[in-house]
Amino acid sequence: MTRIPRRAARVGTTALAIASVAVLTACGTTSGSTDGGEAATELGEYEGQVSLLAWPGYVEDGSNDPAIDWVTPFEEATGCVVTSKTYGTSDEAFNLMKTGEYDVVAASGDATLRLIAAGDVAPVNTDLIPNYEGIYDFLKEKEWNSVDGVSYGVPHGYGANLLMYNTDEVTPAPTSWDVVFDAAGDYSGKVTAYDSPIYIADAAVYLMAHEPELGIENPYALDETQFAAAVDLLKAQREHVGEYWSDYLKEIQAFETGDSVVGTTWQVIQNVLAASGATTDVVLPEEGATGWSDTWMIGSEAENPNCAYAWLDYIASPEANGAATEYFGEAPSNEAACEFRSEGSCEAFHAGDAEYAAQIWYWTTPIAECVDGRTDVECVDYAGWTTAWQEIKG
Amino acid sequence: MTTTDAPAPAPGRTPVPAPRDTLARRGSVYLSSHPRARLALLLSAPLFWLGLVYIFALAALLITAFWSVDSFTGQISTEFTLDNIITVVTGSLYQTVTLRTLGVALAVTVIDVALALPIAFFMAKVASPRLQRALVVAVLTPLWASYLVKAYAWRSVLSQDGILEWLISPLGLHTPGYGLPATIITLSYLWLPYVILPIYAGLERVPDSLLEASGDLGGSTWQTMRLVVLPMAMPAIIAGTIFSFSLSLGDYITVNIVGGASQMLGNLVYTNVGAANNLPLASAIALIPIVIISGYLFLVRRTGALDNL
Repeated sequence: MTRIPRRAARVGTTALAIASVAVLTACGTTSGSTDGGEAATELGEYEGQVSLLAWPGYVEDGSNDPAIDWVTPFEEATGCVVTSKTYGTSDEAFNLMKTGEYDVVAASGDATLRLIAAGDVAPVNTDLIPNYEGIYDFLKEKEWNSVDGVSYGVPHGYGANLLMYNTDEVTPAPTSWDVVFDAAGDYSGKVTAYDSPIYIADAAVYLMAHEPELGIENPYALDETQFAAAVDLLKAQREHVGEYWSDYLKEIQAFETGDSVVGTTWQVIQNVLAASGATTDVVLPEEGATGWSDTWMIGSEAENPNCAYAWLDYIASPEANGAATEYFGEAPSNEAACEFRSEGSCEAFHAGDAEYAAQIWYWTTPIAECVDGRTDVECVDYAGWTTAWQEIKG
Repeated sequence: MTTTDAPAPAPGRTPVPAPRDTLARRGSVYLSSHPRARLALLLSAPLFWLGLVYIFALAALLITAFWSVDSFTGQISTEFTLDNIITVVTGSLYQTVTLRTLGVALAVTVIDVALALPIAFFMAKVASPRLQRALVVAVLTPLWASYLVKAYAWRSVLSQDGILEWLISPLGLHTPGYGLPATIITLSYLWLPYVILPIYAGLERVPDSLLEASGDLGGSTWQTMRLVVLPMAMPAIIAGTIFSFSLSLGDYITVNIVGGASQMLGNLVYTNVGAANNLPLASAIALIPIVIISGYLFLVRRTGALDNL
């Protein structure tokens, strides 16, 4: 399975979220620790249970599909009984972690730094996780899973936000994001873009290559001037956008019918479209791309830290990592995981291709303290990104 | 156990055993003699629902609009501030989106009333009782299908190679594609049953004899419609508009599916709850449709429309 549940679940959860504004508000005001505590130095006895919070498809115990089960082997090996809850958006995960009821969370880069700053997750001692060895080095100690050299979790899967185009309509085959920005007019009304504030980073990646005088070093660390340039680029693009997508199915259909002919996408969408015979292809443009890399983190108030460590070790193992990332539709984080995935699935997601991965700017929460290390300016934080995104859409 | 109250058994029959003095029996005896307690017990559940779950949640929404949120940690600060309200009232984004949403809601309402009036009139006054029942079922049937299914169906219909393009391209016309026109079409379709039904119910109450009397007195069809039917059906029509108007005002899913790149007020609330984690601002935005609908209800309250809902 894929990202479908994540996006589709949004519709339902949002309705619920709006209806329970009051309840959420109450939750938001109660917890407030700012210290994530210290990483464990040694492990003790297993507590017998562990509660996980994850994207749909990350924790499968066979209840959705009897053939898809990597939780039962874990329970049998450790005696830690798994209870899991899935969430639909990074913000939902962020709110749920505030309850302190979950030992472990699988968070994307657009939530991790906020979780760390809010003190909801604790540092992780990777020496206690044998399978951490097998994780690709290019995913370790990144700005979305560590702070000041302290690791906050174990990388899970990753993927890039690629450029998709209709091979009949878009000729010659694009090699640059140009076709959705400066040259978007060629396909006016049929350009699509990812509907999230984090998409501003895609514009920043483009500006890094095409307007070097702006001095953008990292698309998630934009000062006022750089941010304004990205926003202007997106406002100009808005004229040519047929629709924004956040629902995976919506984009598949739009490319099948020709309502969209060029725009951002995920590899897994191309896999579905290719299987249905659509005339689309994807490319990682020369400027590079944004992408996601998820991290398994341990709650700062975890009641079952030993079982939590056991889960982090288990999910980083080649078998479990291979199974979970293939089911979800992304590249695994463990080098050996490809041996446990079906033929060709690792190649399709460019697993372990460090050169390919190096072109990906993984989603990171934009914060006021610039993540590229600049200290002389203040960067626009995620709230600013959200406000700007709404204004771009108008 | 007391047996004195039990009626004396009829001779020759098995005596009915006196009811046992259980807690339930004592309770019902108490309730039967205390009407106020009875009423309180009867109403407590719905009042709890209405008061706590509904009114309290709404009040909390109102209050949340006056709070603020720490953008990074997501903590809500309960200090009173008017910032969100000021932002929403003065921000050009919110003014534009409010106007767009109002325009969509008005267009949907006008289209729905224009479509619903003849249908409802035919159902109530022209069709045979048998056909009438069939038509009511036909109007109700779409309500059984999921909202999402219907919205996605319209997405297919309005698409570049959808059925609408196929139907009208020989005439030199083209599908509007995804955007505000598509949103208006889809919403009009979705809310049409909610407009037909109250108007149908209202027209049913117009006595046939009045129409005949109008005809006997020399009134043309048009005059009968204008001077007899419309005034009597007006509260029902307004009741229908309340549905289409308020449902359109709050919608965010349809515009997300067929609206192309456009957004409505609901989308702004959605983004602020879902992506921005800014409940106070979302609450402040949510107040806009509440204010508009309250104003509309206030305007139409004298027409008797509210009795027709």
